[in-house]
Amino acid sequence: MKLMTSKKIFAAAAVMMLALSAPVAGMAADTIKFGVAGAHSGDLASYGLPTVNAAKLVIDQVNAKGGINGKKIELLVEDDVCKPEVATNSATKLVSEGAQVVLGHICSGATVAAMPIYRDAKVLVMSPSATTDALTYSGDYPNFFRTIPPNAAQSPTMADFALNKLGLTKIAVIHDKGDYGKPLAEGAKKAIDESGKGKVVLFEGITPGAVDYSAIVQKIKQSGAEAVIFGGYHPEASKIVGMMKKKRLKAEFISDDGVKDDTFIKVAGKDAEGVYAVGPEDVTSNASSIAAREEHKAVFKTDPGAFFDGAYSAAKAMVNAIEKAGSTDLEALKKVLQTEKVETPVGNISFDQKGDAVGIGYSMYQVQNGKYVVVK
Amino acid sequence: MLQFFFIKMDYFVELFFGGITRGAIYALIALGYTMVYGIIGLINFAHGEIYMIGAFTAFIVATVLSIYGFPLLAIVILAGFAAVIWSSAYGYTVERIAYKPLRHAPRLSPLISAIGMSIFLQNYVLLAQTSDFLPFPELIPEFPFMEPVAHVVGSSDLMILITTAIIMLILTVVIKFTRVGKAMRATAQDRTMAMLVGINVNRIISATFIIGSALAAVGGLLIASHIGQINFYIGFLAGIKAFTAAVLGGIGSIPGAVLGSLILGLTESFATGYVSSDYEDVFAFSLLVLILIFKPSGLLGKAETKKV
Repeated sequence: MKLMTSKKIFAAAAVMMLALSAPVAGMAADTIKFGVAGAHSGDLASYGLPTVNAAKLVIDQVNAKGGINGKKIELLVEDDVCKPEVATNSATKLVSEGAQVVLGHICSGATVAAMPIYRDAKVLVMSPSATTDALTYSGDYPNFFRTIPPNAAQSPTMADFALNKLGLTKIAVIHDKGDYGKPLAEGAKKAIDESGKGKVVLFEGITPGAVDYSAIVQKIKQSGAEAVIFGGYHPEASKIVGMMKKKRLKAEFISDDGVKDDTFIKVAGKDAEGVYAVGPEDVTSNASSIAAREEHKAVFKTDPGAFFDGAYSAAKAMVNAIEKAGSTDLEALKKVLQTEKVETPVGNISFDQKGDAVGIGYSMYQVQNGKYVVVK
Repeated sequence: MLQFFFIKMDYFVELFFGGITRGAIYALIALGYTMVYGIIGLINFAHGEIYMIGAFTAFIVATVLSIYGFPLLAIVILAGFAAVIWSSAYGYTVERIAYKPLRHAPRLSPLISAIGMSIFLQNYVLLAQTSDFLPFPELIPEFPFMEPVAHVVGSSDLMILITTAIIMLILTVVIKFTRVGKAMRATAQDRTMAMLVGINVNRIISATFIIGSALAAVGGLLIASHIGQINFYIGFLAGIKAFTAAVLGGIGSIPGAVLGSLILGLTESFATGYVSSDYEDVFAFSLLVLILIFKPSGLLGKAETKKV
């Protein structure tokens, strides 16, 4: 008897749920569902919220013009707090709510965790900020695109800058043996070797957190290197730069995005002067970037935050692809993204076969008077 | 040919002094490990954290004083003084809270307690201060007379070497010739017998912790000034290496701790210079294993004979 009752309740609940979901299913026919996922709360919220604003701006523009082929775009926002375990839930929720394209996620770890769910559902995903190489290089995620260059693109930038801009030929490549720094150093070494213009006189890994780097600095000096390319983060970089000054070693110091951090300048102090570091290209002087920023100020009354340009560009590229393809079918969207250029705040971009944007890259910055300045 | 030899000789000398400095840095921390072990046979894993607290205290005091425009020498002395007192207070308190109640417990209990204390202090500083790296002011200026040799031995290197030498000397004198030192040696030899002849063992153990912590604080100030940055985690990494050095030299022996530190520092420096810094730690720990195989009690350690 008891069993019967619970079965009845279950059946009733199932019917109710079906009834509740019916209007949603009905609406799907005349709107395009645009998912936005990323950190919208927690300590990394400042990375994710600008993306939501960017999506709102782009979608409001499209809807004001009557939508795409008569269909309005509907925004679905999911918070993943930049945590991989939450990101899988957010992805599942977006897919089950019928999201046809997703802008996000923000953090690399969360994006990698969420991607298999979108891939199986054949949903196009475009991130403004996830830089892990594997997302595009592994070939595992044919539905993934991004408007930020991958980590690996930093290596050729560093090598090219040392060889061609500074005209140096003897280069020491040092890394911190970590997941971030070592591949970058290896990439730089490869780029230098292949260029034929310079020589890697030293390639070594150092132990992060060591009390003293004098031995490696002496070794760099002994190698006759004119420049040091370092793959790693700022704590080690500031120790090495300080030790280079102490040991009177005059060589250019070129490093990656992990060093292009204001903490580096704060900790290394005057030793930081003259250090070069790679960072995402400065797009603030692009006409469409200025326009997008002004639009943000007009609507939200504040300055846009991190990754806003990338997010705005991604939203624009996706909306453009839906319009040109006339559907949200993954293959059709991919074809448009890979073949047609679109004018966005980060530049006039299209995408390559892997999913990385063509026409964007890294720039070189130098510490001048306690600030990172773009090297022209 | 001769010139080639001289160039290589320069390199050797540079690596040698780099290694000695690194060894002296380890020694400043290793002395505290070895003293505590010598007296109560406990590996005080929280010692690295006491060193870190010393560095933080010196950082805070030095920053405040430099705002008020004190001269550099006064800043160094006052910051050093504050660091020594503060770290000693921590060392004393840690011993009272975490080790004294476990004095008669099995050996494993105070060891676990020490690891717990280490994790507690790290996180305490993380929460009470910051998780960021902080720029440590350069408390040791570049002496003009060091300029000709600055590419080999810098001013802060020199200060570290001199301080380590002086501290080792004072420590040896204290332990060999003073009443406290005599009581320490007696406690180390046989705690029950020492109590029977009227030594206040608890006070002697406290004194050992205070001296060890004070040394760590001096190390904290010098090393942080040498590296130029601190965060809450520096104690753990430096502590592991210093502990290795103490074991290498024979834990419980004061000259052993210094000798072990210098050997470890030199090995790392030469391994980096002549082989590869990728294998720095491999060489350091291979050496440790080798020495312990042939001399299980360390270079200058006394073999413990167990009466059955």
